[in-house]
Amino acid sequence: MAALTSVGETPLAGHGRRQGGMQAGRRRRLNLFRYLTFTLFGLFFLLPLLATLRFSLEGKKLGTWSGAAWGQIASYPGLLSAIEITLEVAVITCAVVLLLLVPTMIWIRLKVPGISRLFEFLCLLPLTIPAIVLVVGLAPIYNKIEHYTVSALALFWVYVILALPYAYRALAAGLGAIDVTTLSEAARSLGASWFTVMFRVIAPNMWQAILNALLLTSALVLGEFTIASILNYTNILQVTLFDISRSTTNAGVLFSTSLAALLFAFALLLILSYVGRRRRGRG
Amino acid sequence: MAVAATTAAGARPSVRAGRRPSAAWVGTVPFLGYVGVFLLLPTAIVIWNAIRNPVAGGLELSNLKLLFDSAERSYFTGSLELSAGSSVIAAVLGAVLAYAVASGNPDGIVRRLYLSGSGVLAQFGGVTLAFAFLATIGPTSGVLFHAGWYYNFPWGIGLIYAYFQIPLMVLVFLPAIDGLKVQWREACENLGGSTWDYWRHVGAPLLAPAFLGATLLLFANALSAYATIQAWENQISYTVPQQIYIAISSEVGLASNAADVLALGMVVMVAIIMIGYFLLQRRAARWLR
Repeated sequence: MAALTSVGETPLAGHGRRQGGMQAGRRRRLNLFRYLTFTLFGLFFLLPLLATLRFSLEGKKLGTWSGAAWGQIASYPGLLSAIEITLEVAVITCAVVLLLLVPTMIWIRLKVPGISRLFEFLCLLPLTIPAIVLVVGLAPIYNKIEHYTVSALALFWVYVILALPYAYRALAAGLGAIDVTTLSEAARSLGASWFTVMFRVIAPNMWQAILNALLLTSALVLGEFTIASILNYTNILQVTLFDISRSTTNAGVLFSTSLAALLFAFALLLILSYVGRRRRGRG
Repeated sequence: MAVAATTAAGARPSVRAGRRPSAAWVGTVPFLGYVGVFLLLPTAIVIWNAIRNPVAGGLELSNLKLLFDSAERSYFTGSLELSAGSSVIAAVLGAVLAYAVASGNPDGIVRRLYLSGSGVLAQFGGVTLAFAFLATIGPTSGVLFHAGWYYNFPWGIGLIYAYFQIPLMVLVFLPAIDGLKVQWREACENLGGSTWDYWRHVGAPLLAPAFLGATLLLFANALSAYATIQAWENQISYTVPQQIYIAISSEVGLASNAADVLALGMVVMVAIIMIGYFLLQRRAARWLR
C-alpha cells in the first residue's frame, strides 16, 4: 500500500540537506539576500494587484471608497452570463481533456510503449504553435462547426488542444510515480477488464495528478482571450471584459472581476499544494 | 483499496490476453484523430493557404515575399525587440528569484506561496494583466504614479510582460537549481574556493544550458502573446500577432492570404526557437539527474 499512497512530488524530498554544514557567515549573507529578493519581488508582484483592488473599491468621486464595483459583477449587463458560460466551457474542456488523455496515456504505457515519444511530441506541440496562428487555420473548421451550433460552448474543441501540454505534464508526472505495469497485471490476473484497470485501479492512484491537470486546464480556459475574440465569441468572460474596457474607460467592474478571477485561480492552486502535502504525510 | 474493489466488480476472465501489437494501436485512435483535426489540420491549412494563390488556387510561393515587405518587416522587428528585451531581463531576474526560493526550506510556506503564485501569474497573460497595470501606473488612472511612458512601445509593454515572464522563469528554472548538489559546493570549499569561484567555475557552467533553454522558452512565450498587448493598445499594431488580427478582420470577403503568410512566418520563428530549446534542454539534463 505504501507505493500506492506516495503519489506526491518526490523531487522535493532530497533537498532538506541543502541547509546543513553551511558556514555561519555565508548563511547570514544568504538569508539577507533571500529576504531582500523576496521583498523586492513581492512588491513587484503585489503592487499591481493592490492597485487593482484599490481601483475596484473606487467610489463615484475620485478618492472615495465604495463596494459598488463588486456588486456590479452580478448586475453589469452580460457579465454574469459570460462568467457562467466560461465556467461551462471550462467544465466541458476538463472532462474532454481527461477522457482523451488518461485512457490513452495508460494504454500507451501498457500496450504500445513504442509510440510514447511521438505521443509526447504531439502533446507538447501546441506550445510551439501560437494560439494566434492556430486560430487562423481553425477559422474554416469552426465555419463547419457553426453550421451545426453557434454556441460559445463549441470553443471547448480547441481549448482541449491548448490545455494538452499542461495536462500532459501533470498526468505524466502522476503516472510516472506509480508502477502501472504491476498494478494492471495484478488486476488483470484477478480477472479485471481493461475498463476496470483504467478507471478503478490506475486512475484512483493518480488522482492528485488528475486534480492538477484539471486545475491547470480550468485556469487556462478562464484566462483565454485570443481564440474566443478572433472567432467572435463575445460572450466569453475575457472578451466581455475587453469590450467593456473599450466602451467605458476605467470601469470599476473591470478591476473587481479581474481580481475575483485571479484570486479564484490562486486559491485553487494554493489548496492543491496543501492537499498534496497532507496526502504525502499520511502515506 | 482500489485493487480489492476491482475483483468484486470486474471478475471477468479475459480470453484474449495475448500480445497483438497491431490491435493495440486502436487504443490511440481517438487521441490521434482529435489532435489531427484540431491541431495538425489547422496548421496544415495555414501552411497550404500561405503558399497558394488566394484567387486562382494552385501553388504560388511569391506570396511569401510579403514577409520581406518593409511594412510587414517592422512588425517582425517589433515582435523580436519586445520578446528579446522582456525574455532576457525576465530570465535574469527570474533566475535570481528561483535561487532565493530554492535555497530556502523545501517544504516551507515561502516556497509554496511563490510556486503557487508563479503557477497563476505565469498564466496571467490575459487582458486582466493590462488592466492591473493600467490601475497601477496608467497615464490617467495610476494609483502608484502616472507613468507617461506607459504607452511607450518596448518599455511600457515590456514591464507588463515581465509580470508573467518572471514567474514562468521561476517555474522552468527551479528544477535546474534544485539539481545543484550540495556536495559540489562542499568540494569547491574544501579545495579553497570562494563563493565567487564556485559560481564562476561550477555553478554557472552547469546552469548555462538550462538558463539559455529557459530564456528561449520565455522568448517564444512573449512572441506568441497577443491578449495582453491587444488590451494594452489596440489602435496601433507593433507586433506580428496584432497584425495577424488586423489581416483576419479586414480580409472578410476579400481574396487575401496575408494572415496565413504572417502566421507561417511566426510558425517558422517559433519552430527554430523551440528546436534550440529542446537541444539545450537535452544538454542540461546531463547533470540534473
